[in-house]
Amino acid sequence: MNSFTTNIQLVYILAAACFVVGLHLMNSPATARRGNQVSTAGMAVAVVATLVLLIHAGTVTGIGWTVIIIGALLGSAAGLQSARKVQMTAMPQLVSMFNAVGGGAAALVAVYGYMHDESTKAGVLGTTTVTTALDVIIGSVTFTGSLIAAGKLQGVITGQPVVLRGGRLLNVALAVIAVGSAAFLLTTASLPALLIVVLAALAFGVMMVLPIGGADMPVVISLLNAFTGTAVAMAGFVITNWALIVAGALVGASGGILTKLMADAMNRSLANIIIGGFGTGDSALPVAVAVDAQVKSVAADDAAIQLGYASKVIVVPGYGLAAAQAQHAVAELAQVLQDRGIEVSYAIHPVAGRMPGHMNVLLAEANVPYPQLKEMEEINPEFPRADVALVIGANDVTNPAARRQGTAISGMPILDVDQAKSIIVVKRSMASGYAGIDNELYANPKTSMYFADAKKALAEMTAAVKTLVGLLPTGWLITERTLPLN
Amino acid sequence: MSTALVTDLTIFVLALLVGIEVIGKVPATLHTPLMSAANSIHGIVLAGALLIGVTAHSVVGYVLAFVAAFFAAANVVGGYAVTGRMLKMFRRKATPAAPKETPGP
Repeated sequence: MNSFTTNIQLVYILAAACFVVGLHLMNSPATARRGNQVSTAGMAVAVVATLVLLIHAGTVTGIGWTVIIIGALLGSAAGLQSARKVQMTAMPQLVSMFNAVGGGAAALVAVYGYMHDESTKAGVLGTTTVTTALDVIIGSVTFTGSLIAAGKLQGVITGQPVVLRGGRLLNVALAVIAVGSAAFLLTTASLPALLIVVLAALAFGVMMVLPIGGADMPVVISLLNAFTGTAVAMAGFVITNWALIVAGALVGASGGILTKLMADAMNRSLANIIIGGFGTGDSALPVAVAVDAQVKSVAADDAAIQLGYASKVIVVPGYGLAAAQAQHAVAELAQVLQDRGIEVSYAIHPVAGRMPGHMNVLLAEANVPYPQLKEMEEINPEFPRADVALVIGANDVTNPAARRQGTAISGMPILDVDQAKSIIVVKRSMASGYAGIDNELYANPKTSMYFADAKKALAEMTAAVKTLVGLLPTGWLITERTLPLN
Repeated sequence: MSTALVTDLTIFVLALLVGIEVIGKVPATLHTPLMSAANSIHGIVLAGALLIGVTAHSVVGYVLAFVAAFFAAANVVGGYAVTGRMLKMFRRKATPAAPKETPGP
């Protein structure tokens, strides 16, 4: 290593340090923006260092410069454009697309590295090949797997699990082909064998994600994120670049942690999700609860009275809220209640939404201050003190059946909504959630059902609460809640 | 195993441990921006894509360099932009319009 490359490596280490500090600053919403800036600065430094390295090498041809610069500029424009116009509800798709291109780029780096070595040396063998093969396999699987995941989230591909006959056998066959060809590469340098690895891995990525249902997407995205990180780290091994190794390892760790959190929040093992479970119809044992007979429905006025006279309201939002684009409507209702001195907080289940933390972003966009967004462990002890729990578009994560043995969701951590003094559930129909079982919460005598689209229901309730507030004599508003205590 | 590979592996394992330590402290509220930030960080593969240019002197090499640079640049720029956009929405107080100081409780 001469002094020039040493200096460049030092710059890469600086960039890697920026990434770590940037992620560290994300441990609080107050410092997270600075974290992103630090990380961006690290990236800029790394890219500049790379360009300096290219110039110093002096072997980049005119065409070479042209293709990489035009490629990078077009890519930047595409990335920027999609980042600017993406709807927050569509974040999971976008993150999936970034996973896809990241994994794809990592695979291409390894493919090129292999081609180059193969043509310049007598043969590429040994340990280099292990990391190359891993990079190519993981990167390719991530590329197509993420594209399929994004397609499912966007609705281009059905969100239902697609189970092909013999699909599992085909998966095994593809895995054997990919790994077998990779093993062959260890002893014999062969470009065609590498291409077989690529193709088998690409096909495997498609087959891996197709059978997974929409509700499992938080886990899938996290897993693919971990894959991308690992692929990038492997690319770092291939080209001996520490910045890639460190960055890839960080992302791998992040994706791994989130995968575990998501799988735990659904009380399902990763293997169970990958192989397919919910919605495929063979694992759910429906528990006979005659829910329909006992449910009580409520109108806007009555709901408004419950809410308007509460002192503590906990909102429980689920994916149905986002699907109905009702996050702004719920924020408005909460604001009206808070203006009356009512304490409002949001109970966020880890898998509310289509990716980890998705619901928080949707509510932040609707201008809900983040201190009101409470995690499951934090909010569960507060339910017994809540006068009203307002459940909007959340189903399985509120089902007390999870506390018993023998149901499809047994053992899944849930929000203790049934502990609240009264419960209002906004829902379009009595249809069951992803687990395909009835929600016993709806039959609870404390529960009232409000059958409507979330956005419409919230608008009606907000109007009703406003009317109620207007009707009240002013003296009514001066209670212990509106005095300085609050 | 060569010394270089052992060094690389050491760096990889240590970075993995640092990652687990640092990311374990990120609250669930920020998990989406975290994932998106992690996404932009793996865009460092752009360095690898650009470095293809050093030895690429054939059509296949140019094509690979172009596609890899396109992918990686989209990843980096898009990732950082969208993370910044999301983080901007996280506010402590409900009133975003008035940037006046809000005294703590």
